Amino acid sequence: MFGAGGGTSSYREMEETEVILLWGSNARETHPIFFHHLLRGIHNGARLYAIDPRRTSSAQWADAWLGLDVGSDIALANAVAREIIAAGLENREFIAEATTGFESYRKAVEPYTLAYAERETGVPADTIREMAHAYARAGRAMICWTLGITEHHNAVDNVLALINLALLTGHVGRYGSGLNPLRGQNNVQGGGDMGALPDRFPGFQHVEVPEFRAKFERQWGVSLPAERGWNISEMFEEMEHGALRALYVLGENPLQSEADQAQARRRLESLDFMVAQDIFLTATAELADVVLPAAAGWCEADGTVTNSERRVQRVRKALEPPAGARDDVRILFDLARRMGHDWGEPDAERIWDEVRALAPPFAGMSYARLEAEHGLQWPCYDENHPGELFLHSRLWERPINGPRVTFQPVDHDPPVERLSDEFPLRLTTGRRLDEYNTGVQTSGYASPMRRGESLDISPEDASRLGVVEGEVVRVSSPRGAIEVAVRIDEGLRPGLTFMTPHFQDEVATNILTIDATDPRSGTAEFKAAAIRVERLGVR
Amino acid sequence: MIDDSLWFRPPPRPGSPPSAPPKAEPAVVEVVIDGQKVEVSSSWTILEACRSRGIDTPTLCYLESLTPVNVCRVCVVELAGSRTLVPACSRRVEPGMEIRTDSPRVRLSRRMVLEFLASSVDLSTAPQAQEYLAQYEARPERYGSPATPTPAGERDAREPGHHHLPEGTAAETVAQPVKVDNDLYVRDYSKCILCYKCVEACGTDAQNTFAIAVAGRGFDARISTEGDIPLPDSACVYCGNCIGVCPTGALMFRSEYEMRQAGTWDESRQTSTDTICPYCGVGCTLSLHVQDNRIVKVTSPMDVEVTHGHLCIKGRFGFDFVHGGEPDAEPTRDG
Amino acid sequence: MDLRFHGPEPTADERAAVDSVLGPPISAWAGGPRDLVAEGHSSAVGGHEARSRRDLLLPALHAVQDRFGWIPPGALDYICRRLTVPPAEAHGVVTFYHLFSLSPRPEAVAHICDDIACRIKGAESLCAELNHRLGPESDGSWRRSPCLGLCERAPAALVLNGGESPEAVTLAPAVADDIVAARQSASVGWVKPTEASPEDPVGFTHPTSSVPQSGSPTLRLLGRIGRVDPESLDAYLASGGYAALNRAIEIGPAGVIGEVMASKLMGRGGAAFPTGRKWDAVARATDRTRYVICNADESEPGTFKDRVLMEGDPFAVLEGMTIAAFATVSERGYLYIRGEYPLAARRMAAAIDAARAAGWLGENIRNAGFSFDVELRRGAGAYICGEETALFNSIEGKRGEPRNKPPFPVQFGLFGRPTVINNVETLVNVPPILVQGGAAYAGIGTLGSTGPKLFCVSGHVARPGVYEVDFGITLGDLIAMAGGVPGGKNIRAILLGGAAGVFVGPEKLDMPLTFEGTRAAAATVGSGVVMVFDESVDLGDILVRVAAFFRDESCGQCVPCRVGTVRQEELLQRLRSGRPIGDRAEEMSLLREIGQVMRDASICGLGQTASNAIESALVMLDPFPEPEADR
Repeated sequence: MFGAGGGTSSYREMEETEVILLWGSNARETHPIFFHHLLRGIHNGARLYAIDPRRTSSAQWADAWLGLDVGSDIALANAVAREIIAAGLENREFIAEATTGFESYRKAVEPYTLAYAERETGVPADTIREMAHAYARAGRAMICWTLGITEHHNAVDNVLALINLALLTGHVGRYGSGLNPLRGQNNVQGGGDMGALPDRFPGFQHVEVPEFRAKFERQWGVSLPAERGWNISEMFEEMEHGALRALYVLGENPLQSEADQAQARRRLESLDFMVAQDIFLTATAELADVVLPAAAGWCEADGTVTNSERRVQRVRKALEPPAGARDDVRILFDLARRMGHDWGEPDAERIWDEVRALAPPFAGMSYARLEAEHGLQWPCYDENHPGELFLHSRLWERPINGPRVTFQPVDHDPPVERLSDEFPLRLTTGRRLDEYNTGVQTSGYASPMRRGESLDISPEDASRLGVVEGEVVRVSSPRGAIEVAVRIDEGLRPGLTFMTPHFQDEVATNILTIDATDPRSGTAEFKAAAIRVERLGVR
Repeated sequence: MIDDSLWFRPPPRPGSPPSAPPKAEPAVVEVVIDGQKVEVSSSWTILEACRSRGIDTPTLCYLESLTPVNVCRVCVVELAGSRTLVPACSRRVEPGMEIRTDSPRVRLSRRMVLEFLASSVDLSTAPQAQEYLAQYEARPERYGSPATPTPAGERDAREPGHHHLPEGTAAETVAQPVKVDNDLYVRDYSKCILCYKCVEACGTDAQNTFAIAVAGRGFDARISTEGDIPLPDSACVYCGNCIGVCPTGALMFRSEYEMRQAGTWDESRQTSTDTICPYCGVGCTLSLHVQDNRIVKVTSPMDVEVTHGHLCIKGRFGFDFVHGGEPDAEPTRDG
Repeated sequence: MDLRFHGPEPTADERAAVDSVLGPPISAWAGGPRDLVAEGHSSAVGGHEARSRRDLLLPALHAVQDRFGWIPPGALDYICRRLTVPPAEAHGVVTFYHLFSLSPRPEAVAHICDDIACRIKGAESLCAELNHRLGPESDGSWRRSPCLGLCERAPAALVLNGGESPEAVTLAPAVADDIVAARQSASVGWVKPTEASPEDPVGFTHPTSSVPQSGSPTLRLLGRIGRVDPESLDAYLASGGYAALNRAIEIGPAGVIGEVMASKLMGRGGAAFPTGRKWDAVARATDRTRYVICNADESEPGTFKDRVLMEGDPFAVLEGMTIAAFATVSERGYLYIRGEYPLAARRMAAAIDAARAAGWLGENIRNAGFSFDVELRRGAGAYICGEETALFNSIEGKRGEPRNKPPFPVQFGLFGRPTVINNVETLVNVPPILVQGGAAYAGIGTLGSTGPKLFCVSGHVARPGVYEVDFGITLGDLIAMAGGVPGGKNIRAILLGGAAGVFVGPEKLDMPLTFEGTRAAAATVGSGVVMVFDESVDLGDILVRVAAFFRDESCGQCVPCRVGTVRQEELLQRLRSGRPIGDRAEEMSLLREIGQVMRDASICGLGQTASNAIESALVMLDPFPEPEADR
């Protein structure tokens, strides 16, 4: 946001903030050690607001849980904004000095009364008001979010709605105040930082800016495309259209992780050629023409990863990979050699030093410093720079240093798939503490908490459907049907059901999920499908 | 995405690197330790002051990342003007304190504490405690031979305020069968010195799950789930942070426990390598303990700000997937 | 919290018992009936506010224990859900207190004191008889208990009858017939039928048997006991009650502290800290939220004066607390009373209600612009909770484990706030100080020990009871006041200050019972226990009981006390059975080392004093004589 794709704050700021809005995130289970920092904040007196359709284990710590209806986040955020403005609690100095577009934002949120929001979200107006006032009045306040915000067809709008709240109150760019997307994989931040995005070179340098492109062309001695590429959803669409014919998959399992699994399989099978490079023979790899066995990057190779507080940290080789498996970098070097380019011997530090030379935010991070200082937070411009504890402090320089940031008004747009008589229940998805994504890594250890996939439903729905704990039922969405055991979860309210993607081999949850994708982020609306539950043998 | 110029170009550097608001510098105070005048920070404990001067001070229940509970009392020092000895680990320095760390009184108390522990607890997997025992010439055998271990569950069922009068000819101990109720770690409370660290790590100081607490009273006090139910029925989330802080090996990875039983555990053949957890985006440092090219235990360093030494179940135990097929078998691991 | 429940659902009765303390649940998420449509998609259960009610854990546990005679798992889970307390922590708390039980017990349980004062008055034969009539102790109908604070009428029993109208009755002297009857009949109630009369339906005149001096005009602290109806505020006012509070309001908080300083009043709970200094420190604290606590957890074996005061003159205790609160500008007070004192608890609760109804507690008391209210909290069977910081933890709903000091209670007490904590007797001294003036009070007693003092005289004396004397009386004169040793027997030993005190021999009868006098003789006033043992007593048996007491009552937190009390008991048993490890000299030196580490390195006073009485007896009184042939 504001030109740098990363969370603004450091974990330790969570310990000293006053109000935390945990929005669409069950960090207690999905980011447990981040939640330790948050809990220290709570023990130091911070108030926690958990905004989540489910009363999760995170929400159990909250001073208020706001159990909004799935996909009504913008209605809620805009109502919070309207209430803040109506109560005169907006940060006028910050708005005047560091932002533009407030007036149009004010007008845009004007219709979002508390009564409207209560109707749209299901959250009582009093609770919304309390949260609005607490957030606006706090000396320091954080908003943190995860996939509950981003796995929607309007993911970017959702994020903008939250950013607007921070701009409205000045809760960004200061110690203890910020905006923090919690990253779901150990290097999803680093991947983007390193340019594994359709439109970026390493260090967020846009490919369409000629001077950036020229720098990389100079360094690499090749000419580079001047236009952005496809994100993963676009790639799958282009498979459909026949424009994308070959795919090289590194460390992903899209067959099982994409929404609408039947569609994903058809598209992958339509490819002319697919290479899968992975540490496992994943379901995706089974479809591949060539499989390149890889070493496990985190323990069988050297390199760096970047976490959710922008900290670049070293991974180190602790084990020899199994015979035949090679480090990802070596595979790429070997491929290059087969293609006629001798890049020499792969060396993690030499590659990193090239990154530092080309991407200013990482320039100061030598391996020696990363070792000595347990990682460094970007941007870190030179060897004497400490790394930025939090981003956007420039917004508080007077006069503001650099361009102002702009309010981006957004409107509520409910999930693509509406509930109907045919599919009357909302299915949302997420992770559990002891499992991870499609389960290829976590299935390797014996978690005492593992209980396999289930359709989690509220006690009310269970009783209405006449199903009992453990009973296998048929679950159908407009895209397909699966059979799965029922688990009754008191944290769910009537009408809401929950599944995970963790056991795709046994229960292909993504047969049910919808491929409604945000064109800007490329993320599908995993959080909101409509389903029907039927007892087996009963029609 | 907000502003075109910010979309295409990174924002300008701030005038100076952002930092936390300054906090008042703690005052410097003068104390006397073993006859030497020493200037130390007023925010320090006596233990920190002693260690900063290289004065060896034993500790068992103390850990940098946990709130001091000062229950083991092995760190006691003599403080002029104080009727009793004071725990170095939790007592803050005050101007003019006169501290003695090696007086006969101090040595006696430390020796007796160590004898009490060694005569009642199995310290065979507590190398640090073993060193202290030798250093303070402790003689735990003078309390008599150990009493017969109690059967499983007996200590857990004891009620406060009642005990059978002992004959006195054998020294009562906490010996009891090992609790093995899950695949990830074991609890051998014969080795428990009741330092409270696991309770703190499970509770407010780190994990905040509160699956275990101290139950019972006096010598019958023990670490317990509610009603001594097995861990899989409890609130335990297997973060293993209790194992990470246990000073005596009472809490142990099942892999380590079984290797020790089989006689294959050999720390001299182990390496420890720090890396980053392969799961979520928090970025926890893992110290992988490797023997014979297999991970046998995972810890996390205390001095890393991200974890303070604490992990979750995936980081602590979710490593088996890299232990793929046999060396000459299929080149890829089983998915 | 990661609360996880697996036990049975609470029954309607279990819910009702808990709700009687906590009120109905505010939400489905807090254990209420599930109606999420009505509740809306939000909840505030789990935040700071929910977690801040942890201090109601013990009251809720008491309600369940009283109702069912034990704490069923469904009820415990329900309490945990209501208060967001993790079940493992609640289990840790319940198993700390011996009046709570997690396993089923009969609704009626007789607790039989077999501690030292009752031991020499036939407690063991009483236990043997109950064993015969009610079955073995392990069946649960009767249980041995540490000192019940009824030493002047030993042997003592406490019968707790659970049920919809739970009742408790103390029996002393206890005989098996009465105990069996009390277990069977709920009609026994609070007062033995013989103690009530038409003129005195509450039986308050009966305590004359606890106060042999009753009626004496010189009594300053015990004057109302047995003479003035303890359940009548009017009677209290008519006998000069609340004159001291009125005086306090006249002279203001600083004036009160000045008078208490001038009185040189020292705490009567055992530690003898100057009360005025304690109040002054709290009055000067920067934190404006402060607490006043009356420590009524009288549990030191041989001590019963606080019980007699609370049963006989409860408003005086409240008046003392209210003056303390006025002086320190504290708005909230707690009276923490041991769970074994049902009559005292009932009298104090009634006094609090009456005082509140009449405006002596509550908002803007006497229109003097200050507010103060008192809540009564019951202990649940743990000697250690008499230690002030353990008492704080117990009120806060935690295990009664003492805290390390510093910080001291005047800085960091209950809920981490500045706290005045005074013993019952100390507080009862406050009204006389204000009425007569601190300087005049300081003229009573000796220079180093001012004021009147209550002594709990028990054991082998003709008239055991609470005696009020001016500081300065000698040990021998006090024993003479109590009628001396009956039957023409000689004194073998005297225990001063309770189990945490010391034994002295008859050669110390000339010792003045003052702080300075006892200190000079390496003895202690302690809590005012004077327990006399004649020559018929097996002192070795008494010492083993003292050792067993400390082993039972050690909280278990610190190593010196947790293990030291066990090793001490084992060692005494070896000496008693004549089977030393090595020789007796080695055992004696080991005992001294055990005593030394407990004294030097324990966290609190329990461990620090756990060897005092035993060592003193071993040094002076030869409790384990070797057989003649071996000498």
